[in-house]
Amino acid sequence: MSDYLPHTEEEVADMLAFLGLASLDDLFASVPPSLRLAGGLALPEGRPEPDVLDDLAGLAAANPASAGRLVCFAGGGAYDHEVPPVVRALAGRAEFVTSYTPYQPEVAQGVLQALFEFQTMAARLAGLPLANASLYDGASALVEGVNLGVAATGRGTVWVSSGIHPHWRAVLRTFAAGTGHQVVEAPLRLGQTAWPERTGSGSPGVIAVGYPNYLGCLEDLGEVRRLCDRHGAVMLVAADPVSAGILRTGGEWGAEVVVGEGQPLGTPLSFGGPYLGLFACAERHVRRLPGRLVGETVDAEGRRAYVTTLRAREQDIRREKATSNVCTNQTLMAVTAAIQLGWLGTAGLSEVALRCARGTRYCRDALLGLPGVSPLTGSTPVVREFALRTPVPARVLVDRLAAEGFLAGLVLADLTGEGGDGSVSAEEAEHGLLVAVTERRTRTQIDAFVTAFDKAVRQ
Amino acid sequence: MSSPDDGARRAPLFAEDPGGGVAASAPLVGDAAEPTLFELSRPGRRSWQLRTTDVPAWGIDDLVPEAHRRTSPVPLAEVSERDLVGHFTRLSHRQFAVDLGAYPLGSCTMKYNPKVCDTVAALPGLADVHPGAPGWLTQGWLELLVRLEEALCEITGMAAATLQPAAGAAGELTGLLLMRAWHDAHGERRTRVVIPDSAHGTNPASVTLGGFEVTTVPSNERGCVDMEALRSVLDRDVAGIMLTNPNTLGLFEEEIEEMADAVHRAGGLLYYDGANLNAILGVVRPGDMGFDIVHLNLHKTFATPHGGGGPGAGPVAVSARLAEFLPGPRPVRLREDGAAEEDGAAEDGARVAAEARADRAGEARGGHARYGWAMPPRSIGRVHGWHGNALVLARALCYIEVNGGDGLRRVAERAVLNANWLRARLAGVYDIPFDRPCMHEVVLAASTLRKRSGVRAIDVAKRLLEEGFHSPTVYFPLIVDEALMIEPTETESLQTLEALARAMERIAGEAAGGEVGTAPRTTPVRRVDEARAARQLVATFDARR
Repeated sequence: MSDYLPHTEEEVADMLAFLGLASLDDLFASVPPSLRLAGGLALPEGRPEPDVLDDLAGLAAANPASAGRLVCFAGGGAYDHEVPPVVRALAGRAEFVTSYTPYQPEVAQGVLQALFEFQTMAARLAGLPLANASLYDGASALVEGVNLGVAATGRGTVWVSSGIHPHWRAVLRTFAAGTGHQVVEAPLRLGQTAWPERTGSGSPGVIAVGYPNYLGCLEDLGEVRRLCDRHGAVMLVAADPVSAGILRTGGEWGAEVVVGEGQPLGTPLSFGGPYLGLFACAERHVRRLPGRLVGETVDAEGRRAYVTTLRAREQDIRREKATSNVCTNQTLMAVTAAIQLGWLGTAGLSEVALRCARGTRYCRDALLGLPGVSPLTGSTPVVREFALRTPVPARVLVDRLAAEGFLAGLVLADLTGEGGDGSVSAEEAEHGLLVAVTERRTRTQIDAFVTAFDKAVRQ
Repeated sequence: MSSPDDGARRAPLFAEDPGGGVAASAPLVGDAAEPTLFELSRPGRRSWQLRTTDVPAWGIDDLVPEAHRRTSPVPLAEVSERDLVGHFTRLSHRQFAVDLGAYPLGSCTMKYNPKVCDTVAALPGLADVHPGAPGWLTQGWLELLVRLEEALCEITGMAAATLQPAAGAAGELTGLLLMRAWHDAHGERRTRVVIPDSAHGTNPASVTLGGFEVTTVPSNERGCVDMEALRSVLDRDVAGIMLTNPNTLGLFEEEIEEMADAVHRAGGLLYYDGANLNAILGVVRPGDMGFDIVHLNLHKTFATPHGGGGPGAGPVAVSARLAEFLPGPRPVRLREDGAAEEDGAAEDGARVAAEARADRAGEARGGHARYGWAMPPRSIGRVHGWHGNALVLARALCYIEVNGGDGLRRVAERAVLNANWLRARLAGVYDIPFDRPCMHEVVLAASTLRKRSGVRAIDVAKRLLEEGFHSPTVYFPLIVDEALMIEPTETESLQTLEALARAMERIAGEAAGGEVGTAPRTTPVRRVDEARAARQLVATFDARR
């Protein structure tokens, strides 16, 4: 018997006697006998921790893709950045890990202040005055941003660049089935969005674009701002928080909502979650801000204190009138991001972004020198990652390079589906490889990767 | 000893506040606030260290076109590693947590989170895996997810599940979209979803986002859904009903079979809000009660830590007839020929073909892919950017396997035992609006106390903080006046329950003295001015001035 229960048999007996019950089964007298599970759950019996740990460690060993075993050149919304021991140690503190939503601020100043600091940093990264305390991931932040924009303009038509991550667009489509938004996906041409000439189904309430987009391309956000002005639409930018170290902010480009995936800020690759949805917006949208928001105030003795605020926006108070149902979010990842950004500081974030850009340039130039390898996005400037057309199907290439010790990148068809989508054609999806280079990649690793790549495309 | 000269030499540095803060444990031993990280900052300090890469050191001008280039760096705090550690450690000392003491926050299931699950989540073979890596390189993860899905289906009595939803509310919305897809597939446009007046606030919000209207049904004098009221609202417009059972009063809906029958007869579906599943593990299953769609909160029932407000995980399990609508791609077992091993449901050809190719590639390297991804044929689509909160899912599987089927049943028994013991222990001290055996939580009320002495539920909650306990959930469910919703969970001992009961007795006794209203006095801060926070919004350090 393996469990975490404190009760001795004697105590159980005493407690039942106190309740006037003969057995533990009597606790469930209100459950109709016809419904009670006879014979218990068909699950294996409990096992001691070391046995289970051995078993699960075996499963972990069956993941050759782990970054410690294959040198990671995969990105596409999940990046292999440095997470230093100090960030792991602080973010792993039990007070942050085992608390819950700060409903009682008097005993939750730790999480509340860390979130206040996180909101400050997230707002600065976005170039906007306000950021919330987190959403689930980049995809959910996009959905919430679109919902905000539609509510603000009262128009349900949404123009979304196909340069936004295919999975995020897929999530947006899923939830649009409930909200009834008309999502119009504008195609990419050589990595740049070709926005609709006409309004078709109606003027857009929101126009959303990636920066850089999921193929690493830097698009002209000035044009997006002008489109938003023409249509009176809310400008939404899905921005990478690390690239923000060297790029103009969404706010500077005139965005009213900036969303993003915060995984690169201290969260490991984690097979895709838990990650961190970043959400920042202009002052005028504060009453529609989704999720939790921490504000500064004072306590009964006039001391500085923090508390979740503008609660009247939230689901538990507005109920069916709420524009978001977010409750539990990703606080621990937000606290982690605050610690990571505290570790990086002004110079560190710039340096990481710069090193990613350098590695990207170095690797891209070398790969483009290989026979049959060409850029998928023409001469559009790229940072953080880049898409290549490969002479053999990208899936074959990834398999071959895995045997050489590299996770070569993401196959575009795995992101878009076999037929491609608005961002790439079916043929480009099959022969498209998305490669990311972070500050952790050394010249030696990149050189070895290029050599193996060369061999793999000739094989 | 310093001479006056030393002081004179140092003086210019401190002529005005240079920032940079002081590393002192003042918040711990005194009552000073902890400065923000920005106040501890001093330009030029650093913690970061990056590896030597030898990549050519091109300048920013060579890498980013001018139109896109930042003109100045993102302003962030600049602190030493020592100050970073001091700051966040001191903040952690201003934070209550399960690891510190009992956290009887009703409806949140704040049980102890076993450390072994943290060890699992930190295994490099799980934590350092890219979510977009091919299936044949992530067989361990796929098997883990399949095993968890199967365990959750057995626990809930359902046929298939999605692990994608990142939290309970995301699971609710997913469930409602499944309801919508089901009715669409049957050519019906149903517009309303029924929820009881005792429901969690996320329920009505999710209903709206799912594109439905809310119809509320009242509770009866026993604290359960009023069957007559329910029957009166069931018509061809009703897409389904959302219930939690046991309900938010901690009571089992005894007429659940009749309810399920009535809803199904009207062509609706039953949705189970899994927030309260802890009470019935191994005792009774939502599937056997007649539910069609179930979400689970792994951070409640399956002991994954709450993280200060997330991450959670909100998988959704469904009956066989709804499996083809589930979000995807789903992790599946593969047959020898590379096709998905699924009962009945045809799988997306392209995806499986892709995995079959990966399978062959794997085989070529001496492996055999037994797991892959498959898109359900009429899937509502993705509800998460990748595969869900995977490391939370890994923790939950670890918890389930250590406990086993037998252990999970003991969890429910002890949780219900603890709640009932507290109910009986505190009878006569606080009101018990629905005084009959409860399940995993008990709803008390401070209404008599308030009438007698003016002490409200919130005062009791704040006073408990001084006693070293986290407060119960207060003012919920909304249908109970001055509600104090207590969920002790199974991991608190009898001694802790007795200490909690004595503290609550003491507080009730003190009420007449009027002191309770000024609590808490011993916490890092005293009651905070919530109205001011909303009136003069300061949501960032930059908004301070």
